[in-house]
Amino acid sequence: MQTVTTKSLCERAASLLGEGTVAAVLGWKRGEFDYDLTPAVFTAAEELTEGFIYNDFSGANLSKYLLKKTREIDGKILVFLKPCDTYSFNQLLSEHRFDREKVYAIGIPCSGMADIQKIRKIVGEGITAIEACENSLLVHTLYDDEPISVSCAEVLTERCLNCKSKKHVAYDELIGDEGEVLTSNRFDEVEKIEALSADERFAFWQNELSRCIRCNACRDACPACTCEKCVFDNPNSGVQSKAPGGEFEEKLFHIIRAYHVAGRCTDCGECSRVCPQNIPLHLLNRKFIKDMNETYGEYQAGEYDNQRAPLVNFSLDDPEPSDVVKGGFDRA
Amino acid sequence: MQDVKEFKPVIVAFCCNWCSYAGADLAGSNRLAYPADVKIIRVPCSCRVNPMFILRAFQRGADGVILCGCHPGDCHYSTGNYYTRRRMSMLFSMLDFLGIERDRTRVEWVSAAEGAKFAATMNEFVEKVTALGPNKRLEDLRCKQ
Amino acid sequence: MLKCTLSNIDKLFEIVSASMPLYLPTEDKNGAVFKKWQPGTVWSNASNTVKGPKDLFFPQSEDLMAFKTEGKKIEVIDTRTETEDFAVFGVRACDVKSLEILDRVFLTEPRDSYYASRREHGVIISLACNRPTENCFCGTFGIDAAEPMGDVSAWLTDDALYLHANTERGQAFTKLIADLTEACDDSAVSAQKEKNRKVMKRLPLADLEANAFGGSKTEQFFHSPQWEKLSESCLGCGTCTFVCPTCQCYDIRDFKTNNGVVRYRCWDSCMYSEFTKMAHGNNRNSQKERFRQRFMHKLVYFPENNDGIFSCVGCGRCLAKCPISMNIVKVMKALEVDTDD
Repeated sequence: MQTVTTKSLCERAASLLGEGTVAAVLGWKRGEFDYDLTPAVFTAAEELTEGFIYNDFSGANLSKYLLKKTREIDGKILVFLKPCDTYSFNQLLSEHRFDREKVYAIGIPCSGMADIQKIRKIVGEGITAIEACENSLLVHTLYDDEPISVSCAEVLTERCLNCKSKKHVAYDELIGDEGEVLTSNRFDEVEKIEALSADERFAFWQNELSRCIRCNACRDACPACTCEKCVFDNPNSGVQSKAPGGEFEEKLFHIIRAYHVAGRCTDCGECSRVCPQNIPLHLLNRKFIKDMNETYGEYQAGEYDNQRAPLVNFSLDDPEPSDVVKGGFDRA
Repeated sequence: MQDVKEFKPVIVAFCCNWCSYAGADLAGSNRLAYPADVKIIRVPCSCRVNPMFILRAFQRGADGVILCGCHPGDCHYSTGNYYTRRRMSMLFSMLDFLGIERDRTRVEWVSAAEGAKFAATMNEFVEKVTALGPNKRLEDLRCKQ
Repeated sequence: MLKCTLSNIDKLFEIVSASMPLYLPTEDKNGAVFKKWQPGTVWSNASNTVKGPKDLFFPQSEDLMAFKTEGKKIEVIDTRTETEDFAVFGVRACDVKSLEILDRVFLTEPRDSYYASRREHGVIISLACNRPTENCFCGTFGIDAAEPMGDVSAWLTDDALYLHANTERGQAFTKLIADLTEACDDSAVSAQKEKNRKVMKRLPLADLEANAFGGSKTEQFFHSPQWEKLSESCLGCGTCTFVCPTCQCYDIRDFKTNNGVVRYRCWDSCMYSEFTKMAHGNNRNSQKERFRQRFMHKLVYFPENNDGIFSCVGCGRCLAKCPISMNIVKVMKALEVDTDD
């Protein structure tokens, strides 16, 4: 469970609203069940009491909403940011995507978010309620008389299992203690794929990407994908395609998308979280991050709000492309 | 084996206007032979080429794509090819990660005086792509309909 | 009523597959999906598939025709191939109903010959739901998950599969598997239905009603202040429309090949900014308008033109898949509050 309570966040937000510091609060709103939260804007204390919630399913990264909301709403917006969300926040700031003056950011601690699909795998379908206990979740279902207890660690989302940082890199106010940057194993999966033969790598990605239905959820949820008009939505670009028309189409879309956010992707993991087809899209982003780290020096997008990303930078002694792709095709 | 011998790859060569395109020209004036299957596309600078160009070339039937620009330090726009170097390093590495043959893509620096290097590079590249056979992993079957 | 013991089920699939392709739910990495049966395929009795059987009748992308140009001559090529007979097994009641809704769109004049030919060649073997999910609300739209219909209705008990042919095509199907089945009375199925209906009553969304909606309600809901709130966090992705078994909007596009043009159609989504873009531009410019269109279509416009039938079947897929968990149930509840005032 989370270490801060919904109630305490609610009270703080209500008092900031009450004293007029902020005009609106960007948070998560409870749904039909305990796991289907929707990002929402709250403008009154009653709305907060009624709907606001912060629990193990507050996975949605709220920073991207600031682009739209800071333009729509007069006055300051209070936004709650988990540690990984603050990286996206900083990255957007460094790209001048919203007005910092219009935001009041509160950093909140996160002990990791739960993956409802992992929970379903354990308890089956028919989840009616989920109670958070200290290190476990009590899951009530339609088909079991007694709630089933699952440990939080067991059902952490992939991105939380490989959490890169518990530290908030941007905030106006911090609730709870400041965390630390962690050493994660987030590149392990990438390395595993790199170790495969080219044929195996091709088969792996062919299988994964063939499931793509081009719903564009990965792009639309991504805090780094902020183009006013995406090239894949532009009828004049020659690559607009509303549905996967062939095997090539999916590769084109995902390579270009990952490439366009390379150096700006903070590895927040929203793409994989929202994918309705469970495609491990974060692996494409991590491959770029890993390559850039190894070739041009360690770089964490969003760590500061004034960095120059590796792909809009260069040094005179960069290696040649042929030296970067180690081993090459016939390595296997 | 018969098929492999008869296979003539389609190569798309993006050449920068200031160095490599002139290099290709010099190769021609010097009557240096390189395969006619190399289709040159002139670009203002090698860094004009974005990843979409490369992938679209493959989609439209290229079996290999090579990008030629001024030598690092000699860019007409001072720094364009430094960006190219980073971008293509990352893109090619990603293509490799997806299991696409490494030898289908290449970056080479060719100056306006290096007609011989241009011809030699193309010959070598065509040979490598010929050995790989037709591009199957980044092809769009619809284009062949 | 026919009975086939569960131990014979793979044999059943094998016999059907020998005479026509058989599609059935099987577990993939992302959940249950309809796939063609092959020796070794394991049937999944998951509550529901990630996507409905819509793809089998109305694929996400399909070629309509092609053009070849030579000089000033243009040749039109019919790319259609003869549709073969096929069977779909394990279709839930909601998805059976969804095909009826698609029929209303594609089979009324002018008939869609591509869809029609697949529909004519497909035999649907439905399957009653023993373990619906918390997201299910088919009852809201008058669907009885214990009476799944289709060409053949099927029920599953602990040890057997019971089948009942509802149509001629269904009878031809049951004849095909006659060797594996034996006639029996209705008692086992009645007991199973009873059990299923009991579960249905306990579903968290069992009380959801659609009475407030329907044709002629445009004025009432179109200007509701709720749309603003409901749509504020919508990402504008197409997940809900692409997993929906009744969403039927498509776009017709030309793909330039190396030798000509292929004209194809692909699913479109009213959530997309380029949806129904016309010469003068877009007619819905904000996500609020696009969001409203989707739900008004399902709950008001469609019933208006189709004898009061809603174009939602309560399968719950959009509830399970929406990246931000905004869905038709939340929309219905919010709008209903609006009518109470």
